[in-house]
Amino acid sequence: MTGDETKHLPLEDLHTAAGARFGAFAGWSMPLTYPAGVMKEHLHTREHAGLFDISHMKLFLVSGPGAIALLNRACPLDAGALEISQSKYTFFLNEAAGIIDDLIITRLGDDRFMVVANAGNAAVDEKHLRALAGDFEAKVDALDRVFLAIQGPEAWAALARAGIETGSLLFMHGIEPRQNWFMSRSGYTGEDGFEIGLPEADARDLVATLLKDERVAWIGLAARDSLRLEAGLCLHGQDITEEFDPTSAGLMWAIPKDIRATGSFIGADALRAILERGPAQKRVGLKPEGRQPVRAGAALFDADGNRAGHVTSGGFGPSAGHPVAMGYVNTALAKPGTKLFADVRGAKIPIDINPLPFTPHRYRKG
Amino acid sequence: MAKTYFTEDHEWLRVEGGVATVGITDYAQEQLGDLVFVELPETGRKLTKGDTAVVVESVKAASDVYAPVDGEITEANSSLSSDPSLVNSAATGDGWLWKMRLSNESQLEGLLDEAAYKAHIG
Repeated sequence: MTGDETKHLPLEDLHTAAGARFGAFAGWSMPLTYPAGVMKEHLHTREHAGLFDISHMKLFLVSGPGAIALLNRACPLDAGALEISQSKYTFFLNEAAGIIDDLIITRLGDDRFMVVANAGNAAVDEKHLRALAGDFEAKVDALDRVFLAIQGPEAWAALARAGIETGSLLFMHGIEPRQNWFMSRSGYTGEDGFEIGLPEADARDLVATLLKDERVAWIGLAARDSLRLEAGLCLHGQDITEEFDPTSAGLMWAIPKDIRATGSFIGADALRAILERGPAQKRVGLKPEGRQPVRAGAALFDADGNRAGHVTSGGFGPSAGHPVAMGYVNTALAKPGTKLFADVRGAKIPIDINPLPFTPHRYRKG
Repeated sequence: MAKTYFTEDHEWLRVEGGVATVGITDYAQEQLGDLVFVELPETGRKLTKGDTAVVVESVKAASDVYAPVDGEITEANSSLSSDPSLVNSAATGDGWLWKMRLSNESQLEGLLDEAAYKAHIG
């Protein structure tokens, strides 16, 4: 990719004015940190409310009489069983049950659904969805929206002060509170929070109002990554890829039992075969001993020096107060407490399998 | 009298009596962000210019710090083991990384002075 193809956020000028340091992510120039720095930004989100510009992610509206059938084919999902305003974490799988992308789908009406996709896979997802849509009476619209996340224990109060009531909305539900707005109670930090897709002009007004509230601060992509890693949430492209299926990834909770058994989604046969024989490796949380972070790509070994797996995400957890990581290990080893070693530049760092998340989720479930 | 040199890789060296104290510049620590770990070198290790002497780890990434000249490590800054953030708060002071006895002082001539370094970072 040449530099000319780098995509820029519609609100980039606001991030520049806020002193953001930018970096490339998934083809986008993204604010990585603001002057407060990743550590303070991370802790601010856990204590107050962090505002994230996630407009690199893509919203698709799927509608029409065949919308449910299309989604049930594309995802291991029972789209028709969702209540209106209910959201569901799900995936696009390939024929081998490899994860093309992870998504959140919200039912907005009888035959209208919002699909939120990752930046890095947006083009692939769109093509995939449109190709499938040809077989169903369904329409796929890629929406042109600014997408903001506001996360943390004071997110709801900051939105209320900005004139946006969130009271009755529960975790993993989404609504259309205004014309061309989509708001869900969800996020990527483990905290209570909201994700709001809205037109650019509205977004500029909302951001200006929110930032007047001392509880709200811009948070960059670096802290977004440390927050989601502490929360044990997967980053597609690292922790889940087309090489991994939902069983290995420990994400079977996202697939309803009857859909596992009888669903006719793409990858169903392959997934059933993997379930039958059991996955060779499983995703686990990993806690390195000491202060030294163990990064993505590090090889893992058991006590006898045999290769045990590898790290897919790793860094430092500012709230946890120690390094945190996740990765894949051979299924027999995938139990909390198992002691392994990670190779970091030739040194063997002791690393224990640790339950996920590292910091408890604080979702507003009711 | 001590003289301070800089490298294009954003290190500083304060040289006195054939021993250089080495650290990263304030510009470098700002680029790296909050440091959470510094992998310190062992005393007595011999370094050739360009060798990785230290690895500094931020929340997000690990970065190598190279030996700016040839020499032998005489001391590593052990206070960084418990408080790596010293590099952020005092990059050119208490956040120094290591001291080395120079084996080829003529290499200093190839380094930058403060004015040239400032021009380098713009």
